[in-house]
Parts: sequence; C-alpha cells; structure tokens
Amino acid sequence: MQTTENINRRSFLKMTGLSGAAFMLGISATGKSAASVVNMRGLEESATLTPYIIIEKSGQIVIMNPRPEIGQGTYQSLPGIIAEELEISLDQVLIKQTAGEKVFGRQVAGGSSSVRGNYTLLRKAGASAREMLVKAASTSWNVPVEECYAENGKVFHKPTGKNIAYAQLAEAASKLDVPKEPTLKDPKDFKIIGKSAARPDILLKVSGKAVFGIDVEVPGMVYASVERCPVFGSKLTSFDDSETKKIKGVLDVVKAERIVFGKNHYEGIAVVAENYWAALQGRKALKVQWDFQGFDKFNSKEYEQSLRDLSKTDGFVVHNSGDFDKAFADSPAKVEAFYETPMVSHSTMEPMNCVAYWQQGDIIEVWASSQGPSLIKDELSRSLGISQDNIKVNIMFNGGGFGRRLQSDFASEAALISKAVGKPVKVIWTREDDTQLGPFRPMTFSAIKGALSTDGKAIAFQHKVISPSLGASRNANYDKSKPDNSMIEGISEQKYEIPNMKNHYVFADFHVPISAWRSVTSSTLAFAHECFIDEMAVKAKKDPLLFRLEMLNKESDTKKVLNKVKEISGWDKPLPKGRGRGVAQYEFFAGLCAQVVEVSHQANGSIKVDKVYAVIDLGTVVNPDNTKAQVEGGIVMGLVAAVKDGIRFENGKSVQSNFNNNRMLHIDEMPEVVVHIIADGGPTIKGVGEPGLPPLAPALCNAIFAATGKRIRKLPVDLSKV
Amino acid sequence: MINNHSYSMDVDPQMPLLWAIRDFAGLKGTKFGCGISQCGACTVHLDGNPIRSCSFPVSAATGHKITTIEGISDNIDHPVQKAWIELQVPQCGYCHSGQIMSAVALLKKNPKPGDTAIDTAMRNNICRCGTYQRIRKAIHRASELIATDTKKAF
Repeated sequence: MQTTENINRRSFLKMTGLSGAAFMLGISATGKSAASVVNMRGLEESATLTPYIIIEKSGQIVIMNPRPEIGQGTYQSLPGIIAEELEISLDQVLIKQTAGEKVFGRQVAGGSSSVRGNYTLLRKAGASAREMLVKAASTSWNVPVEECYAENGKVFHKPTGKNIAYAQLAEAASKLDVPKEPTLKDPKDFKIIGKSAARPDILLKVSGKAVFGIDVEVPGMVYASVERCPVFGSKLTSFDDSETKKIKGVLDVVKAERIVFGKNHYEGIAVVAENYWAALQGRKALKVQWDFQGFDKFNSKEYEQSLRDLSKTDGFVVHNSGDFDKAFADSPAKVEAFYETPMVSHSTMEPMNCVAYWQQGDIIEVWASSQGPSLIKDELSRSLGISQDNIKVNIMFNGGGFGRRLQSDFASEAALISKAVGKPVKVIWTREDDTQLGPFRPMTFSAIKGALSTDGKAIAFQHKVISPSLGASRNANYDKSKPDNSMIEGISEQKYEIPNMKNHYVFADFHVPISAWRSVTSSTLAFAHECFIDEMAVKAKKDPLLFRLEMLNKESDTKKVLNKVKEISGWDKPLPKGRGRGVAQYEFFAGLCAQVVEVSHQANGSIKVDKVYAVIDLGTVVNPDNTKAQVEGGIVMGLVAAVKDGIRFENGKSVQSNFNNNRMLHIDEMPEVVVHIIADGGPTIKGVGEPGLPPLAPALCNAIFAATGKRIRKLPVDLSKV
Repeated sequence: MINNHSYSMDVDPQMPLLWAIRDFAGLKGTKFGCGISQCGACTVHLDGNPIRSCSFPVSAATGHKITTIEGISDNIDHPVQKAWIELQVPQCGYCHSGQIMSAVALLKKNPKPGDTAIDTAMRNNICRCGTYQRIRKAIHRASELIATDTKKAF
C-alpha cells in the first residue's frame, strides 16, 4: 500500500496534544450528517489514490483542499469539484488543507484563481480516483469494467446490483496506475457543481469552533507584541525596557525584524511574555527612540500634489491603436477629466498574527492564517536562509485575506522572535499595528481624455495612469525603464470599440510598502475609466448604458452583462426626482461584472445607497449561492473604499489607526444587493472573489451624478455632504 | 462563571475579559478585533447583556454570568445558529461569533425585531467580508424559528 507518511504525517498532533476529533463535527444543526473539516489533524494510515484523495484504513475519505479558506469558500468549492467526479457527497468526506507539499504545486489563494485555475485539474483528480476504484471492483468481482459504475461512495455491478464501498477498494485501487486522461462526467449529470451547497466550514464558524491562526496554541508557547515604528524608513536609536521587565509575566525583550517583500527590513522590539496581555502591557512600558531619517516629513497632501504634477509628463505609452492625437485634435466634442483615489488598508477582521517555532537544527514550524503555504515557505526560505524542506507550514482558517495575507512578513518576524527566545511564540498584531503598518493598496490618479464624432460616438480615448508601482514596491531589482503592467490593469482591454486609443503609465516613487488588495489596481482604475465613459455619454447627450452598448457592436461578454444588468435593474423605468442610477462594468484578469447602483438624495443633502444590481459572468459556476455571497462582499468592500476614510499620511505615518478613524461599513448603511450569475458554459471560467468589486465605485458615482448633477472625481466621497 | 463553569484566575485585574476567556479559560470562539470596542468581534454576554469583552476588565466580571459563543447551544442548534447556517451567512467567519452574540441578545429582548431595531442592535458589529444583507435576513429568519419553536427556551 502506498502510504502518505511522507507528506501527511505531522509532528503537529504530538506537539499540540490536540486530538483530531476535537475539530471534527459529525452532526449538523439540521440533524443531517455534515461534512467534517480536518483543520488540524494528522492522517491515519491510509491509501492514496491521487494526492488529492486519501482513504484512511477506517474508511474515512479525505479530500485535500489546495487553496486556503479565506472566506471565499474553497472548503466547499474545490473539494466539491473533486467529489463530483469521485461520485461521493461532501458530507461523506473530511477536508484537509494542504501544507505546501510539492505534489500540489503552488498553493496560493489569490487572483480569484482557486476555481478557474483548478477546475479541470480537480475534476481529473476525482475522475481518476473513480476509475481506479471501479477497476479495482471489477477485478475483484472478475467482471468486465464496463459493467461497473460508481455512485455515492460505492461501486456497483450493473447486471447483478451487487456493490462495494470505496473504503474496501482503497488498498487495491491505490496500487493501480493513475489514469492520465480519465473520462470526465457530462455536466448534465452534475450533482454538486452548479448547485448551491452548504459550506462545511460554516458549521464551525457559527459555533466558535473554527480554528483561525490567532487561535492556535502549542505546548510551551509564549506570546509577543512588537513595537514597530509607523514611520516607514525609521531606524531604532535606543530603547529602555527597565519598566517593561517589571511587569508580571514579561519574560524577555528582544530585537525584532519585519521583512516585507524580502527587501524592506523594519526594526522592532518584541516583548515576550507568558500571556498576551502582559506582552501588550510590557510593550506600552517601553521607552523607544527612533531616528525617522527625515521620513516624518512625508505626508499624503504633498505626495498627491506630486502625482498631479507628474500627470503633465508623458510616462510610457502602454497602448496605441489608431491615431489618438489626430482624432482628438480634430474632434468637435472633447472631454477631459482627472480622477483621484486613496490608499486603503486591507483591515482583515483577524489582525495579522503568527505562531512560529524555530527548533534545533534550523527547522521552522509555522501556524498561520495565510493565503498560501507556498508563500510562507518562500518567505522563510528567502529571508531567513532556511531550506524549504526544513519548513513546516500549517494553514488555518483565515479571518479575511483580501491580498494582505499574500505577504508573509508576519511569519518571518515571528520565526526570528522564536529563534531569539528558543520557544514557540505567538505574535499578535494590535489593530493599530495592522492598520498603520501596511502594505496598503496604492492610490492611482488618472488623467483621461476622450473625443466624440459629430453623431456622438466615442472616437478617441486616452487613459493616463499616474501612480506608485506594485512591482517597484515588491521587487528590489525593479526596472524603471519599463511600465508596470499591474498598474494599468484593464485600461486597454475593455471591449468598447473605440478606434483611436492611446494609454500611458507614469511611474511615481514611493517609500511606503504597497501591495495587492482585492481586485488589485482594477479597484481604482475602474472608477476613473467608467466614470469617464459616463462623462462622454453626458457630452454626447446619450443614456450612459445605451452609449456603452453603442460601442459594443461585436458579441462579447461585456455586451452580455450590460444587457442583463439593464434588464434586471429595470434601467428603462424612470426613477422619481432625487433618485438616480448609474452603471459600470469592468473586465480584468479576474473576470467580469457589471453593476447598476441606485441612490437617493436625502433632504439633508446626504446620499443613500439604496440598491445594487450585479451581473457576474463566469462561464461555469460551482456554487451559485457562494458566488452571490462573494459578489455581495465585493460590493461592500468597494463601497467602503469609495466612501469611507482611506489611509492618509501625516508626519510620516498613517493618521488612521483603528476602526474609529478607519471606518468600515455598518449594517445600517448596507444597500440591498441583487446578484445575477451568467454561467452559460462558455469556454473560459472566470473568477468569483474579485470581479464584484471594481464596478461599484464608478456605478455609485455615476448614480450620484444622475441624482444630483454632481460629478465625483475624487475618492473617497463623503456621502453625508455631496 | 463562563458558560456555567467556574474559573479562578490569578491575573491582572485590569486585563480585559477577552484575554481571560481566550487565553486562560481557553475558549477561542470569542475574537480579538480592535481592542477599543469598535468592531464587536469580542462580544459576549454579561448576565444576558451584550458587552465588548476587549474593553471590559476581568475584575468587573467576577460574580457575573458570562456566556460566550460556545455557551449558547450544545449542538449548534440555537435558532440564530440555525438561521445563520440556513442563509449561509459567514464568509471568513471571524466576526460571526460576535455577530451571533449580538443577535442572540437582540432576539432575547425583542423576538420580532424590525429592520430599525436590527440596525440599532447590530450596527457596531463590523463585518469586513460584507455579509450584512445575510445577517439581516438571518435575524428575521431566527425570529421566525423562535416563534415556531416557542417550547424551546433560549
């Protein structure tokens, strides 16, 4: 029997003393047997059919989930794809998170890629295992394989009706070759894919039993809180820990180092204590001197002015079709506008944290909420010089990801503190740490020009992006002689048929660490791009949605989503005075969504966001209800970034520090959201997690214009005084 | 008393109840979110009333009855939990212990809350994943479940 000893045996169980059973749920609230989630449990002796499908001797079937659960639903969607082809229901299996094993390739949840990037691979994994089980049964019965089929965890012999459970076939099946091209099911026979199914992790999440990174405990563990300087670029001059060491429970004070993107090294002081409260109190008692190196002079106001100044330069031409300059010059109707967006924080509800244990022999074990075990391995290996083979990663449920947990700075920092104290250590960031220390979503500024023909059609368009660069932030060897394509995401790829288009990128230096944030640069560029399309429609005296459709003569998914959102939003039905609706769409690497936002202008001058209609285009949908949840979430996150505080720097550091001044949306501000999914089996599977976000801000601001006549060109917009 | 168990702890009296619950009683369902009573992730009940345990000194909790998410049902069958499952409310799930504790407290006082009452009771529980629409629906659904299940005390 092939064992899975090498990849699945964990020292973890022994170390933690936790019994796996503590994390397994057998009975759901509805009384039905529910899928269990193996969050922190080793595997029993078992047979491996494919790396993704393991059957334990007890008969328990385990499905490996190769993408961390960050709220997006991979604990259902990915095992569901495997289970579909394996012919088993999810309530019969245990789901286990992969831990960076090479056999699973890169394990990262990002870019809305979990389903679209693994759909066929996981179907094949399930189908291969099914064929192996069927073959094992036919061999044991000595009947032709064609007379056998799999259903509901068993193989049946059609002529006689006899059957045998997968568990009893596991050992024989595991000795067979894995079929390279197994026969996949006809989608019309799907029982799981395409159906709204309950997520197994939700039982844990409504009962306090889901284990997030911050909840991990290992024997001998100590706690740490780290004092870091919110002024990026500062150097530690000196510190006095005499008061700190008087606090009961404080064990040690050690230098800390936070490494961002492997190249930015930020100093800190870690207070290590028997419990977290003592560590926090000890940290407060530190007296620290920082040398700001002049970075305390940095502020957002001046930086933003520098971006406006840079907009007068050409930068790089990143797209050039037709003859923009001539078409623009010759046009009788020109439009020009400048748009600004803010930096924002990720603010996952679970603040950054990590448990790390640097053991003798330079073996590191980490327990973390992270978007990728592969990312943690990369970071520890790169920054600490540890071989990947000596790094063990345990990925817990993530209390939000949104791109923040694509960075593993918290892991190398915790590992170094563990090394210094020789014990496993849990580092918990305060909300202030989490808010002020980034990396942040960068701002983008956009200078846009457009021109119309005499009959009001868009004939020329230019989008110039001025911004710091994600590439420059994360790459020490960033090549400034080339544009950063991640900063011009989608601006040249919208489906509008505009004959003359010339787009630019202007690079701006920035010392503040920035990173991907849900829907990356589309989260800001869509605002400028789609508000400007509206401005052109106004200039052309055309309905904004019809103006867009007039630029979409060829069949396209964009045309499809706009037509659908027109239909479901009742676009053609006039709204009463004081109310307005706006439309926007944006297509980018993750996918495509169109939205119509309805707002009302209140008597006190404020704007209320009443309703959002969204149409997301997917090709194939795995879990419709969860897809709707993701679009609902993208809309809320887009709304927060459009109307709340954002991150502003004064005296070198973020003014915003916690939820009192970096405000989030509350339930009483929640618009009604209606989501429609287009999943007509097109050739391309698109993403779910991100596309719902970018259209929100432009659709909202276009709606504000419709309701009030005021054009919003700078975010955030304060809805209380539009 | 936390969930009807007595605990005695030798701790700093000023330590917030949150850390006593998490790190001394070992009940990890109650979450740390902000530390300044702004997000509600740490919501527990003190004698049936919702409080923010991140800003509530442990000394003030002595002699009182604390209920955490682990204490509202034995089999994940509180009407609020049932409604949360039925409507598939959580995404990342981190804030939902607090959301559920606020909702349980609301429904105990007001078994048939309207949208305004829901707004008032729930507006200081932040959800970054944006599950608010489902939270609202689930509270209405839990209210129905309570009405049809009046035998069950909660």
